[in-house]
Amino acid sequence: MNGAHRPTMIRLKSPHLMQLSWLILASTLVLAFVSPVVAVEPREFILSNGMKVLLVEVPKAPVATVQVWYKVGSRNEVMGRAGLSHMLEHMMFKGTTKYPKGTFSRLIRKNGGMDNAFTSQDYTAYFENLAADRVELALELEADRMQGLLLDRSELMMEREVVKEERRLRTEDDPQGALVEALFAQAYLSHPYHWPVIGWFSDLEAMTLDDLQRHYDTYYSPNNATLIVVGDINADSLLPAIKQLFEPIPRGPDPKPITTLEPDQKGERRFLLKRDAQVSFVMMGYRVPNFTSEDSYALDILDSILSHGKSSRLYQNLVYEQKSSLAVGAEYSLLQTDPGLFYFYALVSPGQKPEAVEEALHREIRRLQTDPPTEQELQRAKNQVEATHVFEQDSNFRYAMLLGEAESVGAGWRKIDQFVERIRAVTVKDIQRVARQYLTEDNRTVGTLIPLPSKQPEAPSAAVHQGGP
Amino acid sequence: MGFCAFLLGSRSGIAAEIAPTKFVTANGMTVIVLEQHFLPIVEIHALIKTGSAQDPADKAGLANLVASLLDEGTTTRTSKQLSEQIDFVGGALEAKASEDFTTASARVLKKDIELGFTLLADMLQHPAFAKQEFERIRTQILGEMASDNDDPGHIAMKAFNQLVFHGHPYRWPVNGTEETLHKITLADVQAFYGREYSPSQIILTIVGDITLEQATALTQTHFGAWKKGAVAARNMKNPAPVERRTVQLIEKDLTQSTIILGHAGIPRTHADFYTVTVMNYILGAGGFSSRLMDSIRDKQGLAYGIMSHFDARLMPGSFWVNLQTKTETTNQAIAGVLSEIKSIRDAPVSDQELAEAKSFLIGSFPLRFDSTAKLANVLAQVEFYGLGFEYFVEYSKWIDRVTKEDVQRVAKQYLDPKRYALVVVGNTAKAKVKR
Repeated sequence: MNGAHRPTMIRLKSPHLMQLSWLILASTLVLAFVSPVVAVEPREFILSNGMKVLLVEVPKAPVATVQVWYKVGSRNEVMGRAGLSHMLEHMMFKGTTKYPKGTFSRLIRKNGGMDNAFTSQDYTAYFENLAADRVELALELEADRMQGLLLDRSELMMEREVVKEERRLRTEDDPQGALVEALFAQAYLSHPYHWPVIGWFSDLEAMTLDDLQRHYDTYYSPNNATLIVVGDINADSLLPAIKQLFEPIPRGPDPKPITTLEPDQKGERRFLLKRDAQVSFVMMGYRVPNFTSEDSYALDILDSILSHGKSSRLYQNLVYEQKSSLAVGAEYSLLQTDPGLFYFYALVSPGQKPEAVEEALHREIRRLQTDPPTEQELQRAKNQVEATHVFEQDSNFRYAMLLGEAESVGAGWRKIDQFVERIRAVTVKDIQRVARQYLTEDNRTVGTLIPLPSKQPEAPSAAVHQGGP
Repeated sequence: MGFCAFLLGSRSGIAAEIAPTKFVTANGMTVIVLEQHFLPIVEIHALIKTGSAQDPADKAGLANLVASLLDEGTTTRTSKQLSEQIDFVGGALEAKASEDFTTASARVLKKDIELGFTLLADMLQHPAFAKQEFERIRTQILGEMASDNDDPGHIAMKAFNQLVFHGHPYRWPVNGTEETLHKITLADVQAFYGREYSPSQIILTIVGDITLEQATALTQTHFGAWKKGAVAARNMKNPAPVERRTVQLIEKDLTQSTIILGHAGIPRTHADFYTVTVMNYILGAGGFSSRLMDSIRDKQGLAYGIMSHFDARLMPGSFWVNLQTKTETTNQAIAGVLSEIKSIRDAPVSDQELAEAKSFLIGSFPLRFDSTAKLANVLAQVEFYGLGFEYFVEYSKWIDRVTKEDVQRVAKQYLDPKRYALVVVGNTAKAKVKR
């Protein structure tokens, strides 16, 4: 849902959305932190079984979003079972004893709501967007499936086919999706960020009910979950209902921490992906720290200077001046459980060489390493971060996602409050320093999509066939 | 299952809260203002009543090119100055053409409202259409077309529209084709702008943390001097019906077949629109509870997503079902889609299906405008299609009065399992699509 660097899987996107490439999604759905310019702060409660609850009262429209976030994603998987978290996400819609298969979405729908779920490297989240007076229905259903999920063999066999279709759609038949997958597989050798959230075909085939049951029993417990409700609710009157529904669920075992570390990269890695495609695509990923590092704030501003808006450096130089790219960008999210990638991408204009585009990206990085950005650029980036925070709260769903993400990766929503202060303190020297420290040749992985001509020539006009009746 | 008993009687209060103010300026611009003071943000949204349907037949892509050039320089600001000014305050400027209308919008923090009006008004009234920007954007759009050919869904939709809208203004993609784009000159751009862009063609919707007085004054200051123009004449045309089963196979080296199947639809203002909405929800627009999803995804595991659409436009749009399935199951999926289209025509839907469709459509109505940008969009379109602001109050009644008999009648009238266009993109030789 939010692009390539954290290949989040939405269980079902509308076909309209399907027509968008991840590139467009990445540029429109970039998550950022919320500033102190928050209209209403979340109220935090910890239930007796360890479940964290965040409630935000937003009375502007009679709607709400209910979200349950589990701290489990593809980073909690093992070699040979890539895609298990996402498969379990799909199976979470297969019913319980109380609400059998099909009941969940039907009940939400007939009450005017929409439900879905998504899985990333770090988390799995379930949500219901609905009228505020139906919030308790969503809560009841989510509490019910936190335990007692019915895992059925024939349902697994059917759903496996659906997930395979999803993989074909997003990766096999999408050149850019395929390049993103390969980039992570190259940049991470030992850490689970190596494999894709959706999993490899052969791992999907090998998955058993036991695997799913173990994953469910290990990670789907109240002490590993965060419940978030944002909307036209009253926290004081909703809390008793939440306690009544969720507190009977016993605390589960604390999941074992994932301890696999990725060693430092010692030297550039490069690869090519050759396949049927129309245009070339270049990606470069640099291993960088996450929210636990002070450097993450300067990296965030660096991202903004490079890629936010049409006045940003990458757009102005590669798209506007040189016309070598159709689209260009940089992405960095400090909200990752483990250190992630600061990555660049460029969609190469027809007739242009990917090597030249890659060199243009390197040139922009060198410029920042040699000369610090201007004070004007720095101020623009800070203003963008602050404005984004306000706009983000315009949508209950997006705001709840931000809170859920901050909680699930271990940053905690309160860290959000410090964010704008830290951002305000970033100097042009800091930006130059992090550019020099992290955006180095030895620390990067470069992938290039080389389009191959189609096996058979496309001749749509010759392919019209008519037949009756 | 106590929650099943929920009824949907309490919604009118919600709808009544959306009470915008509308007025028409001396130079003919329609202005809609809705105050929303929860967050310090303002959305200024201009809907221009022109789109690709107004493109000359051999110059498809003209309306889109004009819209794309609006923020690429004005008589007093270069492209870069426009982007620097809006980026510096963390706002956003956008311009986008579609078939029936074009939108241009500014989204800013409350403190930057003056700048938002200034830039949007400048874009709309004084675009420079500089030669080098024209050439650059045209090349950019041509490049995007090449890139679009990496998206099987895009290829399929483009082919489908050419079959369903043969000889009709909706035939070509909004951004045109390589051939037509090459024919467009800078003079065409200037002439189109001169003809189509004037205050009387604009619905300006302002939503957010602003008072009616402020909005009125800002509109007067920034748009008051724009010269009143003539209202452009519009030809309405119905697409010719698809006369028989028409199949187009597009060979591409892929693991899945992308399938689109459908035919002409209805206009947005059609009296049957709401009945069709209910019928289409049950058939394939209702997410996990639709018949197509239940049959094709949940029972057969043939697809990740499947959906049916009635794209109701100013003129009749189209109806289509789309899905992706692995090459080997292409025919099985197509047969499944046709069988569902047939069965919703042949037998009445169940009481439960009807009740659930209605309760979703009515209950989810407020979710359609739960953000400032969505609200501005919906208000502008309600005005554009002439639905009247009673839409917000009456919608639930229009849905609620639909009967089972109505659903079957519109299924028979507007769905055709025999005469349709079918496009398949993928390894079509291996898929052995039946012709």
